[in-house]
Amino acid sequence: MELVGTDAIPLRVAIIGSGPAAFYAADHLLKQDGLKVEIDMFERFPTPYGLVRTGVAPDHHKIKSVTKKFAAVASDPHFRFYGFVEFGKDIALSDLREHHHQILYATGAQTDKRLGIPGEELKGSHAANEFVGWYNGHPDYRDCQFDLSQERAAIVGVGNVAVDVARILCLTPDELAVTDIASHALEALSQSRVKEVYLLGRRGPAQATFTNPEIKELGNLADADISVLPGEAQLGDLSRAALEASDDRATRRKVEILQGYASRKPAGRTRQLFIRFLVSPVELLGNAAGQVVAMRLVKNALYQTEAGTLSHKATDRFEELSIGLVFRSVGYRGTPLPRVPFNERWGVIPNEKGRVIDLETQQPVVGEYCSGWIKRGPTGVIGTNKPDSVETVNCMLEDLAHGSILRPSEPEVSEMEQLVRERQSNYFSFADWLRLDGVEVENGRAEGRPRDKFTRVEDMLAALGR
Amino acid sequence: MKIESILAMKGLKVITARPDQSLKDAVDLLVEHDIGALIVVDELGQPVGIISERDIIREAARSEAVLARTVADVMTKELIVAAPQDDLGAVLQTMITRRFRHLPIVDQKRLIGIISIRDVLTVQLDKYQGEVDTLQTQISEGQD
Ligand SMILES: Cc1cc2nc3c(=O)[nH]c(=O)nc-3n(C[C@H](O)[C@H](O)[C@H](O)COP(=O)(O)OP(=O)(O)OC[C@H]3O[C@@H](n4cnc5c(N)ncnc54)[C@H](O)[C@@H]3O)c2cc1C
Ligand SMILES: NC(=O)c1ccc[n+]([C@@H]2O[C@H](COP(=O)([O-])OP(=O)(O)OC[C@H]3O[C@@H](n4cnc5c(N)ncnc54)[C@H](OP(=O)(O)O)[C@@H]3O)[C@@H](O)[C@H]2O)c1
Repeated sequence: MELVGTDAIPLRVAIIGSGPAAFYAADHLLKQDGLKVEIDMFERFPTPYGLVRTGVAPDHHKIKSVTKKFAAVASDPHFRFYGFVEFGKDIALSDLREHHHQILYATGAQTDKRLGIPGEELKGSHAANEFVGWYNGHPDYRDCQFDLSQERAAIVGVGNVAVDVARILCLTPDELAVTDIASHALEALSQSRVKEVYLLGRRGPAQATFTNPEIKELGNLADADISVLPGEAQLGDLSRAALEASDDRATRRKVEILQGYASRKPAGRTRQLFIRFLVSPVELLGNAAGQVVAMRLVKNALYQTEAGTLSHKATDRFEELSIGLVFRSVGYRGTPLPRVPFNERWGVIPNEKGRVIDLETQQPVVGEYCSGWIKRGPTGVIGTNKPDSVETVNCMLEDLAHGSILRPSEPEVSEMEQLVRERQSNYFSFADWLRLDGVEVENGRAEGRPRDKFTRVEDMLAALGR
Repeated sequence: MKIESILAMKGLKVITARPDQSLKDAVDLLVEHDIGALIVVDELGQPVGIISERDIIREAARSEAVLARTVADVMTKELIVAAPQDDLGAVLQTMITRRFRHLPIVDQKRLIGIISIRDVLTVQLDKYQGEVDTLQTQISEGQD
């Protein structure tokens, strides 16, 4: 058998998705000494970078500079980007198996977890990921409607996504106007009448999953006062004991910051941001028109599980919060890909260190791998996907060394290119994306913004004269 | 982060032993699967104990005839279990203070996995590395 990974027979790898996990994996593959590899990256949108474009908040501009590293990877002559080519629609697993030795799924987590409470379907109740997609110009959420004439909004969950949503609702039009927020969202948010925003945590301050820089930022908003109920900022006995027993300085600092907010006097700013703890929504209440008008909350108490976690349980005390807008921000969730094993329980592709596992045989599926949020679930910052993808690529290299790879009948780069052309004549190469990127940046410059995003695929195609 | 993010990246099988099996069987299982501990389950599949390489070595130091004894003789019976929703940090703290390296994961009364302190530390390390990397990106951008 001839050696794969040489000049004569380069290793052909297909990567599905173009977020951080996809690019870190491509980078690690291309960096291998002595390995000849040809990578095809498939992305369902014409634009690359996954959540770096459609998730990361518009006012967090610096973090997006990571895309420069990804663009450098894409400039490698052994890398091809096929944008606007969806796995499962434009190309199938069987196609990839005919053209590649290895296939890597890096499709992220495309949907959200639900609360499972009555009233969740009422008008005015939304998933945070829809709102995030909408303000970031994600084509799937372009036409979502959010009733920003409401004065009171609640966000369920106290992770960093919840903080992003709260901050976007509290920024002033001037603060938003210098970001790369989608134009339609800028316009709508500039007219927003939202005055009070509630972040609702089901456990206490020490268990909140938002991180310190993010929570500090909430205390420095130009026109919003932040407050925490003093009673809820105090740690109970269990939390205090757990914190004292551990060496967790970040959590200590987090609690200090929150207690600082609890003792702040409101400075009379236009908007009020309240962070609440130890409360869970049990029902959303609607009016005759099916519009959410209030939320019934139960107060929680903490208890310690056998393994040491401080978990929550409901008490018999309730309260009602009148609100006209609800965002659930309780986590993202992966979605299954056609013909690829899927673990419904965790919302991930079943895997061992990134090797896809067949659900029936419980054995690795030859030639199929995963990395990023579809591998480990929806947690971690951009950089976390790097060690994650490195682990997967190392498994790929190990399997290559053992000859445990697919044997494609048409491994030539040009053969795949031909097939893509047949299936999606409008596909975007990386050069096409760079042109679109240039147009977005240019359009933004006129308004003093980092870019003005295209938010519909038709407009992206039209911008390149298609 | 929660225990479930470790489970997502582990296979679906849990290697178990029965209380009446010999320690020789247990050692063979540990070697065959290259693992450090076995969950001991009763006939209904309910976890009743855990046996680790350390338990076996400790017993071997006492008596050379160790391999003929049963798993039930040597296993730790006071079993602490975790759930998929447990916080990683809290679990790590518990493993350190109570000095055990393996933890069975039980979901709705069913044994669904086992995690080792190494699994927890690897995930924590990746998390910190990722955060450092992300911070570096932001800092270098700030200096542009
Ligand atoms: C709202 C939000 C804000 C965040 N902010 C930050 C932040 O400020 N800083 C930070 O460090 N981290 C942040 N994160 C975390 C970070 O975005 C993730 O860790 C990271 O994006 C996950 O990478 P991934 O490659 O697994 O998935 P993704 O980034 O989601 O990429 C998956 C890609 O796969 C594509 N895809 C999916 N299905 C298919 C298919 N069938 N065919 C072809 N392509 C497909 C998708 O279109 C997408 O481009 C944020 C996350 C969210 C949700
Ligand atoms: N600026 C940044 O760096 C940035 C920005 C955005 C996102 N990210 C990263 O992206 C990842 C995903 O963020 P995320 O905010 O979606 O996830 P997350 O940190 O897991 O937060 C989810 C939140 O929802 C809560 N929750 C879950 N189920 C609930 C329920 N049924 N009722 C009430 N509350 C519930 C959780 O509480 P419990 O803890 O009690 O389960 C937690 O507070 C994180 O790793 C995050 O750090 C980073």
